[in-house]
Amino acid sequence: MKRIYLDHAATTPIHPSVKEVMRDVMEDSFGNPSSIHHFGRESRKRLDEARMTMANSINANYESIIFTSGGTEANNLAIFGTAYANRNKGNHIITTNIEHHAVLHPVEQLEKEGFDVTYLPVDEKGMVDIMDVKKALRKDTILVTIMYVNNETGMKQPVQMIGNLLRSRGIPFHTDAVQAYGVEEIDVEELKIDLLTTSSHKIYGPKGVGFLYKREGLNLTQRLYGGEQERTWRSGTENTLAIEGFKKAVEVLKEERTKRYDHYKQLSERLIQALDEKNVEYHINGDLSTEHRVPNILNLSFPGMDVEIFLTNLDLSGVAVSSGSACTAGSIDPSHVLKAMYGEDSPRLRNSIRFSFGMDNTVEEMTLVAERIEKIVNRLSSNV
Amino acid sequence: MKENANTRVVVGMSGGVDSSVTALLLKQQGYDVVGIFMKNWDDTDEFGVCTATKDYEDVVRVCNQLDIPYYAVNFEKQYWDKVFTYFLDEYKAGRTPNPDVMCNKEIKFKAFLDHAMSLGADYLATGHYAQVRERNGQYELLKGVDDNKDQTYFLNQIPKEILPKIMFPLGGMEKKEVREIAKEHDLATATKKDSTGICFIGERNFKEFLSEYLPAQPGEMRTLSGEIKGQHDGLMYYTIGQRQGLGIGGSGEPWFVVGKNLEENVLYVGQGYDQDALYADGLEAVDVNWLIDGDFTQPFTCKAKFRYRQEECPVSVYPQTDGSFMVQFDEQQRAITPGQAVVFYDEDVCIGGGTIERVYKNEQPVKHLA
Repeated sequence: MKRIYLDHAATTPIHPSVKEVMRDVMEDSFGNPSSIHHFGRESRKRLDEARMTMANSINANYESIIFTSGGTEANNLAIFGTAYANRNKGNHIITTNIEHHAVLHPVEQLEKEGFDVTYLPVDEKGMVDIMDVKKALRKDTILVTIMYVNNETGMKQPVQMIGNLLRSRGIPFHTDAVQAYGVEEIDVEELKIDLLTTSSHKIYGPKGVGFLYKREGLNLTQRLYGGEQERTWRSGTENTLAIEGFKKAVEVLKEERTKRYDHYKQLSERLIQALDEKNVEYHINGDLSTEHRVPNILNLSFPGMDVEIFLTNLDLSGVAVSSGSACTAGSIDPSHVLKAMYGEDSPRLRNSIRFSFGMDNTVEEMTLVAERIEKIVNRLSSNV
Repeated sequence: MKENANTRVVVGMSGGVDSSVTALLLKQQGYDVVGIFMKNWDDTDEFGVCTATKDYEDVVRVCNQLDIPYYAVNFEKQYWDKVFTYFLDEYKAGRTPNPDVMCNKEIKFKAFLDHAMSLGADYLATGHYAQVRERNGQYELLKGVDDNKDQTYFLNQIPKEILPKIMFPLGGMEKKEVREIAKEHDLATATKKDSTGICFIGERNFKEFLSEYLPAQPGEMRTLSGEIKGQHDGLMYYTIGQRQGLGIGGSGEPWFVVGKNLEENVLYVGQGYDQDALYADGLEAVDVNWLIDGDFTQPFTCKAKFRYRQEECPVSVYPQTDGSFMVQFDEQQRAITPGQAVVFYDEDVCIGGGTIERVYKNEQPVKHLA
C-alpha cells in the first residue's frame, strides 16, 4: 500500500538540503555561541548568519529576530511579553475565535489573570472583518493578535489592513504566521507588523526551532530568565544545530517559493477535480478560490461522514490527513475554527477533513486519494 | 476462509492488561489488528487532568510495542444517553442498576461494534473472560474457563446475532496466565492494577459521586415491624443485603439492609446475615434476551445467577404471556436485588438473561423488595 502524506500543516518532512547542512554542522561545529574562545566564535558566526537570513526573509532588521523553540514559545513570548510590559498602559487584548491554541490558551490565561479579552468572530468563509477589529479597539487596548493564515482552513486574514489600522493608533500587532511563512511573501515593514511568529518544522526544517520577530523598540517582558541570550528575551543556549537547519530551509524556501505555490495550487485543484469526477459529495470550508486561501490547505466537509470513522479509514487505507485537534485521550474534539464559522450545531464540525499538501506530493497521488475517498464513502454510505 | 493476515480484528482497548494481552495474542496469530480506545466519559478534574488520558497513553504504549495502529473514538454522548441516564433512572426508582450490563449492550457490542465494522473489521475482539463456540453453524456464548473471572454475567444482554463477529481470546485462559503473558512480553500494562467498581466512578467515593447527580433524601430506617432504628442518607446509597454504613449499634447480631419503601422513603433493616427477610424463592425477569435459538414459550429448568461471582443455582423458568419470565428457585436465595441481572446457564453455555423486576416468596411478591 502506497502511503500518502497530506498533513503538511501539522509538520513537514526535512528537506534533503537541510539534512545535508545539519549533518555537516554536527560534524564540524559544536561551540556555545556565548563562549569567548575560538569554538564559541565559530558557532556565533553561524548563528549571526542565520539570524541575518531570517531577518532578510521578512524584510526585518538583524536585531529584531529572537530564536525560540518554535511557534508555541514565540506566541507565548509575544503575548505574555507584550501584556506584562504594557500593564500600566491598559488591560485590553483583541484576538479572534479561530486562533491556534498556542495563541488562544495564552490569551485565556491572561484573562484569568485579569486582562480583558475580545474574541472577534469570523464570517462563513473564516475571515475576520477589519470593521470588527476597528470597533473592538479601545483606549486601553495594548495588543491585537490575529493570525496570518488559519491552520485549519488556510484562509488568509486581512493583516495588511489590520497593520495599517493599528500602526495609526500605535497599538502593537502580533500575527501568528506559522502557516503563512512557507507560502506567502512577508514584508513586516509593508504590512506594519510588530510581532510575528514562525516555525521551522512547517517549512521543511527541523522541529524545535522558530523565531519571533519583534520590531525594534517595542516593549516586551522576558519569559525565561537565565543566561540572557537573544538580547535577554530568550535565555538558554541557542539550539544551533536546529537553527542551521532552519536557515537552510528558509534559503531553499526563498528559491522555491513560486514553484511551491504553483505546485500546491495544482495539487489542490487536482484533488477537487478528481473528487468531482468520482461524484463524491463535499463542501469547502472556507473558500475554493485562492484569492484569500493558501493553496496548500484545503478543508472539506463530507456530508454523512463521521470524522473519527472517516479519518481512521483513511489512515488504514494509507492516506494521512487530519481534522481539528485530538484531545489528550486521542478522540477528536470538534474544531473551534469550524464552530466559529458555522455555529456549534453544524454537521460540518463532525464531518470535515483537512488536506495539506507538500512538495513531495504528486498530481497522481491526488487521483489515488480521491479513489480511496470514494471507496470509503461508498462503503460507509451503503452500510447505512 | 480468509487468511489471518487478511482478516481485520478491531480490539477494544481500555489501557488495562486484559485488552493489552488480547491484542498481543491476536497479533501473534497473524491477524490485521487495529486497537481502538473508547472514550465514554469525560472526568476532567479541577487540574484539567482526565483519567482517560492516562489510559489512552497506556493504549498507545502497548500498541507501539505490538506495532499495531491505534485510534480513539468518542462515545460520550451515547454513553450518557444510553447508560448513564439508565443508571440514574434506576436509582431514582429505588433499584440497583448494572451499568456494565448496559454498557455491553448499548456501547461495546452495539455502537462500538458498528464502529469496528465501519472500519472494515471482520471481527471485534475484547478482553472479556468469556468464549464464543461454533457448533454446526450455531454460535454459543460460553463461560470463561477462569471461574473466578467469568464475565458472561455482564454479557447476557448482547444479541446472539452478533456472536459470529465476536472474539474473546482470553476466554480459555486464567487471569494469572494473562498477567504472566503480559510480563513475559514486558507489556507496558503488565503490572497495572485492575480497575475496580463502576468505570465512570473509578476510585472516587460512590456516595459523593451519586450525590452530584441525584438529590439525597434522608429518611427513616425501620425494621419490618415498624420500629425506627435511625436515619438513612438517601435510599439510593443502599443495596439489599448491605451491612456497612448503617450505624446501628447495640447488642445482638449485626444489622443489614433488607428492603426499601420508595413511597415513604423508608429503608428497612433487620438483624442477622441469615435472617428470613433477606430470602426469597423466586423472581420476575423482564427484558429477557436469549442467546440460543429455542422455543421459550414452555417452562424449562436450568441454572441461574443473580449476581456476579455467584455459583449458579437450579431454577425453573415459567414464560408469562406478557413476555416476562417467572423464575422459581429450587432453594431459597439471599439478597435478590431488583435492577440487577438474572442470567441463565445450561452447563457452561450462557443461554440468556434479563433484569430482576420483582422478587417473590411463596408465590407472592415480596413487598419490602418491590
